[in-house]
Amino acid sequence: MSGHDWPLWEVFVRSKGGLSHRHVGSVHAPDAQLALAHARDTYTRRQEGVSLWVVRSADIVASDPDQAGELFEPAESKIYRHPTFYDIPDEVKHI
Amino acid sequence: MATVAVDPRHDYLLRLGDDALVLGQRLGEWCGHGPALEVDISLANLALDLVGQATLLLNEAGDGDRLAFHRDVLDFRNCLMVEQPNGDFAQTIARHLLYTTWQHMLLDRLRQSSDRFLVEFAHKAVKEVAYHRELAAEWTIRLGDGTEESTRRMVDGLDWCWRFVPELFEVDDALQAAIDGGIAPDPREFEEEYRSAFSAVLAEAKLETPADQRPILGGRRGHHSEHLGHLLAVMQFLPRTYPDAKW
Repeated sequence: MSGHDWPLWEVFVRSKGGLSHRHVGSVHAPDAQLALAHARDTYTRRQEGVSLWVVRSADIVASDPDQAGELFEPAESKIYRHPTFYDIPDEVKHI
Repeated sequence: MATVAVDPRHDYLLRLGDDALVLGQRLGEWCGHGPALEVDISLANLALDLVGQATLLLNEAGDGDRLAFHRDVLDFRNCLMVEQPNGDFAQTIARHLLYTTWQHMLLDRLRQSSDRFLVEFAHKAVKEVAYHRELAAEWTIRLGDGTEESTRRMVDGLDWCWRFVPELFEVDDALQAAIDGGIAPDPREFEEEYRSAFSAVLAEAKLETPADQRPILGGRRGHHSEHLGHLLAVMQFLPRTYPDAKW
């Protein structure tokens, strides 16, 4: 048995309660349960997280890089969509 | 057997500490050789958990570094299971399942020890070992119920390790004294639970319980297999050759 035949899993870690899971990398594993176990050992060994998600990489639907122009460039000229005209109080975290 | 006055607590710390040290060293041998990068990292993590446990236990028993690096085979008190060679990945998993299932049940009860250090130690280590047991069970199931080759290797691995299980439940005079003093749990009290937990994993792995073999005992009294000498030679070489080395 070798890791070469195993599917790839994307790993998401929640660093603490209240925050979103963030993509941290990927692992090879034969199934979901072992993907969780090896993701735990690879990505949370230095207290990086309190919760883990793994998703089979093949199940992620990605945008086409060739379409980046039509998808993302039109937003560049619309600065009024950024709420940068407000002062955010120092006490408000994680914005 | 000649009667030698042993301090039951000291002896018990050495038994648990040497188990963790030797198994940690064994798993460390996989570093860089695992069947996949992910498995390699996991095995190294398990090894580090065990070396951490050994450090706590041996430092409580005395000077941890001296005990680890300046004793010879006859002075080690680990069980024979943990010194067995890694073999292939399946044999390593078999050994880890058989040892950590026992260790987990022991630590669970050690939390009720009369000894404050051991209570605190057990509270920390029981969580680590719960994961070891879980990972070993998951891999036993994958390999046992996998391909023809993985099944054969898993059966062979369990077969190799099975004769070292009775030693885990042996109660000799020194351990009996630790049990009587409320320091150590009596392993015989969870032998049945151990066997049924193991059978449950085997059932999921679609494997038969290995046939009983002549048990091999003696590790707790310093009667070790030749494998331990080789392990110690590798582990102790550096501090013995360069006694003043710092790292």
